[in-house]
Amino acid sequence: MEMDNSLGRMAAYLRDHQDKVVGRWCELVAAGIRGRSSAVELRAELEDLYTLVLRVMAGADEQAAGELRAALDEMSRSRARNGFTPRETALGVFSLKDAVYELIAGEADLIPEYLSFSRMIDDLGLHTFQTYAAAREKIIADQAASMLELSTPVVRLWDGIIAVPLVGTLDSARTQLVTEKLLETLVATGADHAVLDITGVPTVDTEVAQHLLKTVSAARLLGAECIVCGIRPQVAQTIVSLGIEFGDIVTKATLADALHYALTRSGLKVTTADRA
Amino acid sequence: MERVPILKIGRTLFVSIQIDLQDDSVMRLQEDLAAELAATGASGVIIDITAVEIVDSFIGRMLTMIGSISRLFDAETVLVGMRPAVAITLTELGLSLRGVRTALNAEKGLELLGGSAR
Repeated sequence: MEMDNSLGRMAAYLRDHQDKVVGRWCELVAAGIRGRSSAVELRAELEDLYTLVLRVMAGADEQAAGELRAALDEMSRSRARNGFTPRETALGVFSLKDAVYELIAGEADLIPEYLSFSRMIDDLGLHTFQTYAAAREKIIADQAASMLELSTPVVRLWDGIIAVPLVGTLDSARTQLVTEKLLETLVATGADHAVLDITGVPTVDTEVAQHLLKTVSAARLLGAECIVCGIRPQVAQTIVSLGIEFGDIVTKATLADALHYALTRSGLKVTTADRA
Repeated sequence: MERVPILKIGRTLFVSIQIDLQDDSVMRLQEDLAAELAATGASGVIIDITAVEIVDSFIGRMLTMIGSISRLFDAETVLVGMRPAVAITLTELGLSLRGVRTALNAEKGLELLGGSAR
């Protein structure tokens, strides 16, 4: 009860000095974010927040707390999307304390009020930061998902020969996606040969090799022969020194070699055309 | 108990599995197939699993065993029409079905047998 009273008194005091505090708050925040938001925009945003903070402090209505959190959520999410640093985002809330402190520094009788106010702002600041982190994590997850979609094309090289150019690290999620797409394409096109090009795979360790072998044996179950190609010299050295066995899987140095092999296996021959 | 019919086409036995495989119908299929192979002297077996959506390790082992049984009668087994999801399940189970050849569809399976029987 004691705390509510002190917050209430603080709210009354802050309401009397609204223009001064918001003005200083805007200055502090603007200095922190180095002009990435226009002054008018910032002022409007902070004035809304300030009004909400006062409503919560006065404890007059119950919706104020929810509205304040929603407004803070919105602010931190947009900051996270626009590439503000965590420090800049958190400062947006914490600098209100500085603005108020500068105003009341001379008035010793307001210390208990200032302390409860400070505690409340700390809480709001932490909330802001939590939302900011959650928003950033969502952005990262979305990017990972779109990368996953981007990076798995299955292309048709020839009648009955398809190729999967693998780019990037092969983890189990990607391997599964690649395998599914490869098998679906095998069924849809009726191809007999699948070429897995690993030129774009930066490193091949035992785990990656395991994933490759799984993809190959799944394709074999559908009756297709797999050819692994694009093994770079360093990768070949790693494979040998790790003792990875590719078994009876055909491996070729380049995509061209693999295509030639697949064509030969399909009974086709590449010859130079007679120029009449 | 449901039975899986075995059709004889030329020198090939054709088995199309279109029911949910239970353990006893699988055992019955093995017996029937062995009897049919002995009676006809067929040189190839085509097992069509286009309609099979779910496999477990038992069915995986059954397919390998049919392959081994056929080989004893000097016949080659070709598994055709496997669905992508089934192939992924079998590899995750670590079953690579050694001794059984695979083809995308029945037509390619017949081609495969025709090529090796001649």
